[in-house]
Amino acid sequence: MTEAGLIAPVAENRATPATAKPRPREVFLPRDARPRTALSKVAARLRWPLGIYTTPVAALILWQVLGTAGVLSPSYAPAPTSLAGSAVRLWQQGVLGPDLAVSLQRAGIGLAIGLTVGIAAGVLGGLLRSGEYLFNGVVQVFNTIPLLAVLPLMIVWFGIDELTKVLLISFGAGVPMYLNLFAAIRGVDQRLIEMARTTGAGTWRLVTRVLAPGALPGFLVGLRFSLAYSILGLVAAETVNADKGLGFLITQGETYLQTDQVFVGLAIYSVLGLLADQFVRTLERVLLRWRPGYEAA
Amino acid sequence: MSIATDTRSRQQSGVVVEGAVRRFGDRTVLDGLDLTIADGELVVLLGPSGCGKSTLLRLLAGLDRPDGGVVEVPARRAVVFQGDRLLPWQRVLPNVTLGLRGPDAQQRARDVLAETGLAGRERAWPKELSGGEAQRVALARALVSEPELVLLDEPFAALDAITRLRMHDLLRALRARHDATMLLVTHDVDEAIALADRIVVMRGGRIGNEHRIDLSAADREASVAREELRAALLADLGLAHPH
Repeated sequence: MTEAGLIAPVAENRATPATAKPRPREVFLPRDARPRTALSKVAARLRWPLGIYTTPVAALILWQVLGTAGVLSPSYAPAPTSLAGSAVRLWQQGVLGPDLAVSLQRAGIGLAIGLTVGIAAGVLGGLLRSGEYLFNGVVQVFNTIPLLAVLPLMIVWFGIDELTKVLLISFGAGVPMYLNLFAAIRGVDQRLIEMARTTGAGTWRLVTRVLAPGALPGFLVGLRFSLAYSILGLVAAETVNADKGLGFLITQGETYLQTDQVFVGLAIYSVLGLLADQFVRTLERVLLRWRPGYEAA
Repeated sequence: MSIATDTRSRQQSGVVVEGAVRRFGDRTVLDGLDLTIADGELVVLLGPSGCGKSTLLRLLAGLDRPDGGVVEVPARRAVVFQGDRLLPWQRVLPNVTLGLRGPDAQQRARDVLAETGLAGRERAWPKELSGGEAQRVALARALVSEPELVLLDEPFAALDAITRLRMHDLLRALRARHDATMLLVTHDVDEAIALADRIVVMRGGRIGNEHRIDLSAADREASVAREELRAALLADLGLAHPH
């Protein structure tokens, strides 16, 4: 490059600053300092009034509107209000209450067994090399087997009674718990483990103060999956050969073309799913307060 | 591999390293290194990045075993790492008491936190601390067990210049109170001069030159002797600048 070529653009810039392209700039102000109109206040409140429940509620409202307007035929998809009416009616007939209780009991027992086995195996597998060799292969195989495909085998092995249903639910709950807990324990920061060793903390302190809290986020992910899969297992187990429970309610509704009864059953399943998620979210908020996580805008 | 008694001559305190060898694959990082640190001495281990300073420190900490030679250190020792390595899920106080036992553990931790200028911060979460504060908690965690040997692996390298100077003052004050043997690893020549009783320069997997420092605190900051020492250290590191 020649000397003239170097100097020329500088001289040009100084001579005609107005023609220079304005470089983009940003100005940051405190959030409160921005002008707030009445409209923006209302908009802020209206934006996500119900948090994560906004979309489900919006879908319900849309559904209701379409149903009332006659776009959706009641025999295909009865409006939410008429479903609520059906639910109350079923409850008063003494059908819904006992069925719900039976289903919750199955889910509870299945979850308890599945989580106990999943957590015990996950802790052993995570902490001990021999535990890893003992469990990992088997659980990885289990993980790729679909719940619904095991159901016929389970019926052959364990009959069509409660045992099959409970085992199916615990199978659904145990596998994701093991996988997530194992990965979480193995994923605890090696530098922290090393640090704990140098302080003279014993194995018990290492497990309780470093490994367990370090694995907690992964454990909660596992719990979320376990709860969701146990409900899936519940649906699968109850739809095949049940004489009581939510699945039975749905199958019965199908048989007698009672669409509203089917929907009531489905609605209860989805509420159970939402409750399970809310439960884990609350746990996360309380137990993971220390985490400098990403707070989405 | 940790043998309490041996046929070789043992000393009752300080650090003895004889012919330590450490290899990673076919790369020999420590090649028959000898180092002796007297009781209560603060030795600064100086060397460029990647020369094996941290490898030696990990041997002394007992985190790795040597591939050859002997390493003898007190059983009661503590490490301050380059990062603070605080448990993010524990508040400051339980972070300090991590390795402590006994009914007075809490009170001892409070006392040491006060010494490091963190009184009143016991209930803070690590994510709420500044870099300097977090490193002071790490110092407190190391000192609270009253170790005979404290190993510091570039403890102030990630801090800004002003905080680093404050930490040097703090370390000197803490040394006056806790009479521990200390080995501080750094690549910062000025830090070495500010803190050391003796500076050893690492080269080619062994200890190269040694410099014993008998300067007053004021002379360490500015004096002819300091400048001569600094020039000598830079020469040892292969960075000699002709004046």
